[in-house]
Amino acid sequence: MEKRYISKEGLNKWFNQIIQSDKRLFAPVQKGEKVEFKRVKSFEEVASDYIQTTQSIKRVAFPRAEVLFSYKKEEKETTLQDFNPDTVPETVLWKIHPCDAAGFIPLTGIFNWDYKDKLYNARLAKTTMVSFSCQKSDNSCFCTSVNGGPGNTAGSDIQITLLPDGGALAEILTPKGEALVTLAPECFEAEREIKKEDYLADVPVRFNVKELTGKLASSFDSPVWKQQSERCLGCGACAFVCPTCACFDIQEDAKGSTGRRIRCWDSCGFSMFTLHTSGHNPRQQQSQRWRQRILHKFSYMPERIHELGCTGCGRCSRACPVDMNILEHLTSIAQQSHE
Amino acid sequence: MNKLIEKATSLLQEGVVTKVIGYEEGTEKPRPFFCEKAEDTSKLIYNSRCINNLAVYLTKPELLGTGKVAVVATLPTLRSIVQLAFENQLKEDKLVILTVTDSEEVIEFAGFAEIETYLKDFKLKIDQKEQDLIDKLEGMSKEERWTFWVEELSQCFKCYACRAACPMCYCTRCVVEVNCPQWVQPWASPLGNIEWQINRAMHLAGRCTGCGSCAEACPVGIPIDLLTRKMMEDLGEEFGVVPGQPNKNGNVLSTFKPEDKENFIR
Repeated sequence: MEKRYISKEGLNKWFNQIIQSDKRLFAPVQKGEKVEFKRVKSFEEVASDYIQTTQSIKRVAFPRAEVLFSYKKEEKETTLQDFNPDTVPETVLWKIHPCDAAGFIPLTGIFNWDYKDKLYNARLAKTTMVSFSCQKSDNSCFCTSVNGGPGNTAGSDIQITLLPDGGALAEILTPKGEALVTLAPECFEAEREIKKEDYLADVPVRFNVKELTGKLASSFDSPVWKQQSERCLGCGACAFVCPTCACFDIQEDAKGSTGRRIRCWDSCGFSMFTLHTSGHNPRQQQSQRWRQRILHKFSYMPERIHELGCTGCGRCSRACPVDMNILEHLTSIAQQSHE
Repeated sequence: MNKLIEKATSLLQEGVVTKVIGYEEGTEKPRPFFCEKAEDTSKLIYNSRCINNLAVYLTKPELLGTGKVAVVATLPTLRSIVQLAFENQLKEDKLVILTVTDSEEVIEFAGFAEIETYLKDFKLKIDQKEQDLIDKLEGMSKEERWTFWVEELSQCFKCYACRAACPMCYCTRCVVEVNCPQWVQPWASPLGNIEWQINRAMHLAGRCTGCGSCAEACPVGIPIDLLTRKMMEDLGEEFGVVPGQPNKNGNVLSTFKPEDKENFIR
């Protein structure tokens, strides 16, 4: 890892070099009350004063809907057109938070757990992540409780920490990051003994994740799931804004003799998610679906891919129409005494 | 102790109801609260910040259980209850419907008919911000309006929070989930998203009571309640439909009589 200083003007210049290259760039953009990642063409479009985008940026590697392959039938012949990794554009994610970059770690784990997902891996390989450490947080943030932090560099290719003089500390973390620096190497000056910790948000640790995972191991039949999920409406808002939720559905878009097979987002919160063709549904009640959501992220994923399925970004809590605050629910489970 | 807490406590203590569905203070704003114990009633709150439409829970049998349940209803919730009752979705003898007046008095309604009478004094209000947007849309050309909605609805990722938050969306299998045949594309795409919202607006035509929960629930902030509101306006002019006062001749778009005029078909 290499540390460099970059001035305000340097940051702007480097950004413009990226924009002018063949890479597409996504950055947070303010629209009304919401901030979302959008394709950006100028430095001025990038949002500055906000805590978190509503949606995560996972769609860059795992789009809402993507064509797995398409086909065409002519008489007895069927021609298949497979996904072509060469069609994936080089992409830069600008000003994502450390929890966004960290979100790709469990996603990568899921998409490579047994089967190596060609599409996801191709997209991720062409993505360079420039995270900005967090100087602000809110009550929904809890990265420090799930092995992360406002200056966590895991998953990032470069991390920028903004300084009071308008300049920034740049931590160049990976070969992908180094390659991005070569677009404007003159902007990166020698390091200036900067203490990064002084410029980070204070995100208190709210629960002990080991303790939580321990409690969850024996909680399958606990009444807590019913208590917590009573007000849950069973929509997919939490899963769709989440940086690590990876459930998908596979659908057919057939038109006569041609068609496409499409992978699209799904959510374990939906009542039809586990509905069998027989009519039986092993998760008939919302409480069972809520349990699945929590256990998957904090029990099954650590067991299978050795990663938590949560980066503490707090998006699900902020997006929920009925305030299903995940931090509050996790804290109450972690603090529960064994009866 | 305020009168709502007093009432809830006595209903639970005397075993009249098994739970009181009301509001408690949440993280940033009040949230729905299922109160089952008399000692928890002190958490109950009621003020203008309580905006979730609690009628949405009254069509979920697994939440209600077999006993009687009390619900703390705001005006929009009351309107939804009246409409749901008209559609035969509620059991009068299984519900205790409460509301709190501006002077903090608790009213317990004797039945659905009494709610309807009570609602006659309260006209549906549209807040200024919403009215401004409606006016802006009304002032647009057809093409501009189309562009507006394509842009807005392209953001939709089909989480169906709008449907989940709507008390009138109580189908056990929504039209978008019917897949033999598949009527609406199940994945998020501008066209499929528009199809979904058109379906929603049409299914709610003459039934929507204008509570605005759909837009409130939308995580990406699409003003989808305007679609159902506009529908409400047209139906008011054409059929005299008043939200919260069910049309005794039946819901306008799902009722047919042989003597209906057909002169609009050209």
